[in-house]
Amino acid sequence: MSGHVHRDYTGAKFGMWLFLYTEVLLFGGLFILYAVYLARYPQEFVSAGGQLNVWFGGGNTLVLLTSSLFVAVSITALRRGAVRLCQGLLGATVACAALFMVNKFFEWSAKIDHGIYPGSAQLKKLAPGEMVFFNIYYLTTGLHGIHVVIGAAVLIWTMVFIKTGRVHADDWVILENAGLYWHLVDLIWIFIFPLYYLLLH
Amino acid sequence: MTYWAHKKAFPMTEGQSHIIPYRTFILIWATLLILTGVTVAVAQFNLGALNIWVALGIATLKAGLVVAVFMHMKYEQTLFKLALLSALAILAIFIGLTFSDVLYRTP
Repeated sequence: MSGHVHRDYTGAKFGMWLFLYTEVLLFGGLFILYAVYLARYPQEFVSAGGQLNVWFGGGNTLVLLTSSLFVAVSITALRRGAVRLCQGLLGATVACAALFMVNKFFEWSAKIDHGIYPGSAQLKKLAPGEMVFFNIYYLTTGLHGIHVVIGAAVLIWTMVFIKTGRVHADDWVILENAGLYWHLVDLIWIFIFPLYYLLLH
Repeated sequence: MTYWAHKKAFPMTEGQSHIIPYRTFILIWATLLILTGVTVAVAQFNLGALNIWVALGIATLKAGLVVAVFMHMKYEQTLFKLALLSALAILAIFIGLTFSDVLYRTP
């Protein structure tokens, strides 16, 4: 490349991080809600949490951790010039996102079939603490699910940029920022999994 | 401007930042899987109030590994680390203020 092209990678990455902090505070609010009601209804949270399927939660944990690995490796691959490997890893990440949502579909379907969803007659018959648990569960995992879909869309958009040559070994900050967003999705699930699915005692 | 003087003035603007090897990422991923196994195993035992603190501790450790290595925070400038600490401090203040209210209410 001839001449000096000014690229403000620090600014681009810092901007992305600032946005991620707003996301942390958004989900942080939901976790505070969870903590307050857990302190108020410890028994009800255990009895309601025990009804969640740990296999769905655990399976999706493995899917997201692995997808995070794929994204992290894809940046190294691109910077080393292994464009096909990078594209393959990003494709695998999008496949992981789809698998996550399929799992979520079956998980929510099973709960809804049992009449457990916000505002349902069945939910109103439960103890107040159990009702609160399921409401926060749907709110938090629903908002997280939207983030999974957005993250997958951003990664597909980045794959198009790599294909057209706009993102390449010497100019990869768009992939870096898309990756940061995807890791945030993984990060939030790291907290959702034990708090909602592993509440056994 | 010489190469090194330029690098000093604009440390991250040229795409010269650290390329993390594949092996590092795979080791972190394996550690994350092991920690997931540990948190599932610990949840099977009734430790009373300790259960939630162990779960949160392991989750925080996992989150730390993701932020430090997968998200390259370990290799970023001090500014990035200070901003992260500020965001976490704000979250801690929210949590502290909320609980200073709800824990001392008389129903």
